[in-house]
Amino acid sequence: MEKKLNKDNQFEINESQAGCASCPVHNAANLKKLGVDMENWDFVVALAGNPNTGKSTVFNAMTGLHQHTGNWPGKTVTRAEGGFEYGENRYKLVDLPGTYSLLATSLDEEIARDFILFGQPDVTVVVVDATRLERNLNLVLQVLEITHRVVICLNLIDEAERHNITVDHRRLARDLGVPVVPTIARYDEGFEELLAAISEVAAGETQAAPYHVNYNHPKLDQAVSQLVTQIKEAFPQVPNARWVALRLLDGDERIIQAVENGELGDLTYTVADLDSPGVDTVAQKSGIRQ
Amino acid sequence: MISSYEKILKTAQDLRWEIGGDFHEKIMESLYTDASQIADRATTHPGEEPRFDLDRMIDRLVTSRIWGFPLMLLLLTGVFWLTITGANYPSGLIFTLLIEIIHPLLKGVSASIGIPWWIDGVLLDGAYLATAWVVSVMLPPMAIFFPLFTLLEDFGYLPRVAFNLDHIFRRAGAHGKQSLSMTMGFGCNAAGVISTRIIDSPRERLIAIITNNFALCNGRWPTQILIATIFIGTLVPSHLAGLISAVAVVSIALLGVLLTFVVSWALSRTVLKGEVSTFNLELPPYRPPRILRTLYTSVIDRTLVVLWRAVVFALPAGIVLWISSNLLINGVSIAEYLINFLNPFGLLLGLNGVILVAYIVAIPANEIVIPTILMLTVLVSGMTGMGEGSGVMFELESGMMTLDLLRMGGWTLLTAVNLMLFSLVHNPCSTTIYTIYKETGSVKWTTVASLMPVFMGFVITFFTAQIWRLFTG
Repeated sequence: MEKKLNKDNQFEINESQAGCASCPVHNAANLKKLGVDMENWDFVVALAGNPNTGKSTVFNAMTGLHQHTGNWPGKTVTRAEGGFEYGENRYKLVDLPGTYSLLATSLDEEIARDFILFGQPDVTVVVVDATRLERNLNLVLQVLEITHRVVICLNLIDEAERHNITVDHRRLARDLGVPVVPTIARYDEGFEELLAAISEVAAGETQAAPYHVNYNHPKLDQAVSQLVTQIKEAFPQVPNARWVALRLLDGDERIIQAVENGELGDLTYTVADLDSPGVDTVAQKSGIRQ
Repeated sequence: MISSYEKILKTAQDLRWEIGGDFHEKIMESLYTDASQIADRATTHPGEEPRFDLDRMIDRLVTSRIWGFPLMLLLLTGVFWLTITGANYPSGLIFTLLIEIIHPLLKGVSASIGIPWWIDGVLLDGAYLATAWVVSVMLPPMAIFFPLFTLLEDFGYLPRVAFNLDHIFRRAGAHGKQSLSMTMGFGCNAAGVISTRIIDSPRERLIAIITNNFALCNGRWPTQILIATIFIGTLVPSHLAGLISAVAVVSIALLGVLLTFVVSWALSRTVLKGEVSTFNLELPPYRPPRILRTLYTSVIDRTLVVLWRAVVFALPAGIVLWISSNLLINGVSIAEYLINFLNPFGLLLGLNGVILVAYIVAIPANEIVIPTILMLTVLVSGMTGMGEGSGVMFELESGMMTLDLLRMGGWTLLTAVNLMLFSLVHNPCSTTIYTIYKETGSVKWTTVASLMPVFMGFVITFFTAQIWRLFTG
């Protein structure tokens, strides 16, 4: 399958060459739900998003696990993990708590932020509620500042239809600069396309041109670029110096600490440390997990 | 010489002063503006908004000042009424099969191949009967209650409950989100304690953790349902029995909510003083529940998990109980010593020694309170013909027989009411205590959260007993 970077749509598949083999439906048979078997994974995928957008439903559909789902915000406060196999690769999927932002003002936001930043997932899937696009995009834009390896799962499009809302996912993909896949997670629709998008981003086959927020603040821009130069000097590997600079200016304790102890220098897309806080075995034993 | 790391931090600090204080707001503003522009470009609203918005109409009704609470009570009572009346028949069926048919069969086999009496006692009268009891009494109500509860949750009703309760929590000096962690506690307190992570202020989070125990959990619902059915349901004509029992259970659950408010209020005015923080509570759209999937997951995730936990703890408890009631010192069993020792204190509280021993045995799991009580009651009242020997954990087929047995053990309506109260207000189970320790990292707060409810339980049952005796002579 060949990717064509054209002016209209960065991710449009070259139709003439896309035969059966590249059709996601054809490849859906390649999905193997591995449940809690997460040995020897090739890629780590994080599931982020606002509360109550269907992250856990997506998680269950992919891993075959039965992470408790419920129609209320704030249900998942710990991280759940599971595995799946797609194509030739094995993936480890991490379901993060739902958050409105990544400013880390509460423990659940901190768990999500720390994992996307320090856990270095190969792909971050942001599950977005199509009926509340504006508010959901706040989080998307914040995630895009941290990582380029993003797939947007535009969920609940059936509900959007019910409310007479149509979301042009191609337009959204072009504006955000990352793949956007419409889904109806509750009825298992759109997963083939989602899996294909994830595997392409994981393998580095997708060229992302992520949108960056324009702050319209000359003094700030100047300060950021001055800091970015210094950060890049000290930590040449860091993929998101601009975001780090902004957080430092904002006085974010956790990021200041990461600079202080040099932890920031370890951030490369390789093996993730998955033993950071958040997984709770008591919760699993007491029956709310899996 | 300063390192390049320190240099970065120094620069950041200097620059922060230069940019001026408003830049955080500026960043947020830009973020919102850009998000709104992108969303606008991608979204179209063709045609008119639908004239009749069902979601909004339901919301107006279930969160209305007048109808919100009555509807909530009605729904809860309805769920319990369905559970209590629906569970009777399958419970009896499973009981007949496991205890009246299979147990004698196993006893017969073991006698015919000459297994020593004590092995037979430990395994068949201790372990097997304990497990069979738990399955027959707990499985049917759970298999009805959990799917119903999950359907309500899937539909989107829980955030509305939180919305209704929010302003009371605020007035109690607690965080509005505590209504969510409390709702979670109705399933499992350990889960409820973990879910307090959604509360950002440590002060309010601590209040939510300490009071979570007042939300009746899975392990305690069966006790409430059984005692309400056999003691309170039998006070009224049989066609009203299910309804009255359901009302009794709902009252206990509501008392738990009330205690949550009172204790939160007391804590926030004494040891945990501070400002109330504000937050946004999102009311998600109603979604038609996926009925089959809900049934499947609630049976697998909740019913079987809870049942498994009960069995895992009932098995060893059954063995320990059998041994302790068959090991004699000077002709009196160890269990009896303990019961006689605690009896005076128990009677003072309107309970008895048997109940107190049962609550000690049941620290790992509230699920085994009732089987332990029944077994010990047979033991101390020296009844014959009802059990097969001392230390045999069993359940009697019909509610009436259980009632007769407990009456012979000296139980009155007061004992039943106080047992329901004590089941609501006593120490959390060991899993919850461990979770509290893990979440707070503090021995002090874990101790407070564990011991405070026991003392409250003693006080509440003591006063109930005194007032009761005053009026009934």
